Amino acid sequence: MVNRTPVIAVIGAGIAGLEAARQLKDLGYKPVLIEKAPVVGGHVAEWNRLFPDLSPAADLVQSLSKGAGSVKTYTDTEIASMGRLKDGYSLILGNGETLLCDAVLFATGFHLFDASKKEEYGYGIYDRVITNRDLEQWFNNRHDPRVANPKAVGFVHCVGSRDVKAGNTQCSKVCCITAIKQAIEIKEEFPEAEVYCFYMDLRLFGKKYEDFYIKAQRDYGIHFIRGRVSEVGEAIDGRVVVKAEDTLNGKPIKVTLDLLVLMAGIVCNPDAQHYAREIGVAVDEDGFLRSRDNVSSIVESSRPGVFYAGACTGAKTIPETLAEARSAALTIHQYFNKRK
Amino acid sequence: MDFGFTLSPSSAVNLDTVDHARYDRLVQLAPDALTCIGCGSCSATCTAAPWSGMSVRKVILCLQRGRDEEVDAMLSRCMLCGKCTMVCPRGINTRHLILTLCRLDRKGEVVR
Ligand SMILES: Cc1cc2nc3c(=O)[nH]c(=O)nc-3n(C[C@H](O)[C@H](O)[C@H](O)COP(=O)(O)OP(=O)(O)OC[C@H]3O[C@@H](n4cnc5c(N)ncnc54)[C@H](O)[C@@H]3O)c2cc1C
Ligand code: SF4
Ligand code: SF4
Ligand code: SF4
Repeated sequence: MVNRTPVIAVIGAGIAGLEAARQLKDLGYKPVLIEKAPVVGGHVAEWNRLFPDLSPAADLVQSLSKGAGSVKTYTDTEIASMGRLKDGYSLILGNGETLLCDAVLFATGFHLFDASKKEEYGYGIYDRVITNRDLEQWFNNRHDPRVANPKAVGFVHCVGSRDVKAGNTQCSKVCCITAIKQAIEIKEEFPEAEVYCFYMDLRLFGKKYEDFYIKAQRDYGIHFIRGRVSEVGEAIDGRVVVKAEDTLNGKPIKVTLDLLVLMAGIVCNPDAQHYAREIGVAVDEDGFLRSRDNVSSIVESSRPGVFYAGACTGAKTIPETLAEARSAALTIHQYFNKRK
Repeated sequence: MDFGFTLSPSSAVNLDTVDHARYDRLVQLAPDALTCIGCGSCSATCTAAPWSGMSVRKVILCLQRGRDEEVDAMLSRCMLCGKCTMVCPRGINTRHLILTLCRLDRKGEVVR
């Protein structure tokens, strides 16, 4: 083992990258954060309030970036190429610099499914169809006039997830609870609105999620309709007509809405696949990075010195992502201890 | 005029026009009805169900979809034994729900 402090390239300064970098620094290593976007925080920086406690997303991002404050961070920086060395990796950055490192931590996260690909839902075609991301943005800045004072609002679950035709068989895990959270927030904002959630299954696995569901039903009177929206059309007045089967009833159902929110799913980030190929790391059938073992070593790749944290291996909630970031830092620590 | 054939009425539910006054009144009087998850435990355990088609799950759903005729037909078959209340995972007092419903007319007025 080299005598100098090991350098770890952390790719992506979302919450996974920020937290792992802080832990690695505290353990005595030299993490370097490389972030493609102009700002850190990843997707969470786009959200408004977080389930299950409705805590402000901005507070979390702020405290995580403060924690990683003294870590060398490149923002607005892409990685032009990656290569393997005898005892480490070399990264050529978009700004021309070369970074030699002893280990690489992928914290490249996910992409939100492009909802316009599901043309039958009319995103990008009908004005009143928006996504979960658009609605979070509205909660943050209140700019989108399409959200003005709706009387009837629908949420479509599983948009681009659990959908062989969209190329994603996986469940995105966070969108059932996000739909319920956003439905409640819409009711808080517009108490007179009728709110409908169209779901295939409700997957509310986490701490307090089921309580959220009961609250949505009992305190906010949100209607849950089991049936996948088959098509959306525009009415003459610009509102949207949604068709589904009410499968508990065995009857077709339709409703006219002022606003339809598509719960776009969590899909893989193609950048990660590209880098993985360059340095010989395996990718799963779903396009996410493949862990050495899905039960016992989710944060390890099968290549020495390459580790993962967060949504780059699949859909994750924030607490899961943060736990993985800490776990990855410890696993990297063990890796260097063994090499000593 | 008789054309020698008839058209079947559409079975589709249009939520824009559905009259759910009775459901709205029910949830005022028995708010736990709101928390039904359609699990079917009530119908599965109901002693009357196999012969009569009684189902608390369907009663709640039909009310939400404005299908009062089916609701009334089902209600008339309940024996008020209360077995369904014992099994509901959401703790809905289904027997009380049925009794409350029996007191409401289709417009949701308390008539009994
Ligand atoms: C609509 C929605 C709402 C959500 N709300 C909640 C919630 O309320 N509570 C909760 O627990 N979870 C929530 N989640 C889940 C949460 O967003 C994820 O757990 C979290 O974003 C995962 O963090 P991450 O750092 O792994 O990935 P990301 O947030 O995707 O961050 C990845 C980072 O890597 C960067 N990056 C990507 N590629 C490159 C590259 N090639 N080079 C350099 N940098 C790169 C990105 O720019 C980004 O900054 C929500 C998810 C969705 C879709
Ligand atoms: S979490 Fe819910 S909405 Fe999201 S993909 Fe899974 S089942 Fe569908
Ligand atoms: S109370 Fe009525 S619905 Fe419930 S189990 Fe008895 S007969 Fe069936
Ligand atoms: S048992 Fe309770 S929750 Fe289940 S369908 Fe019947 S009333 Fe609804």
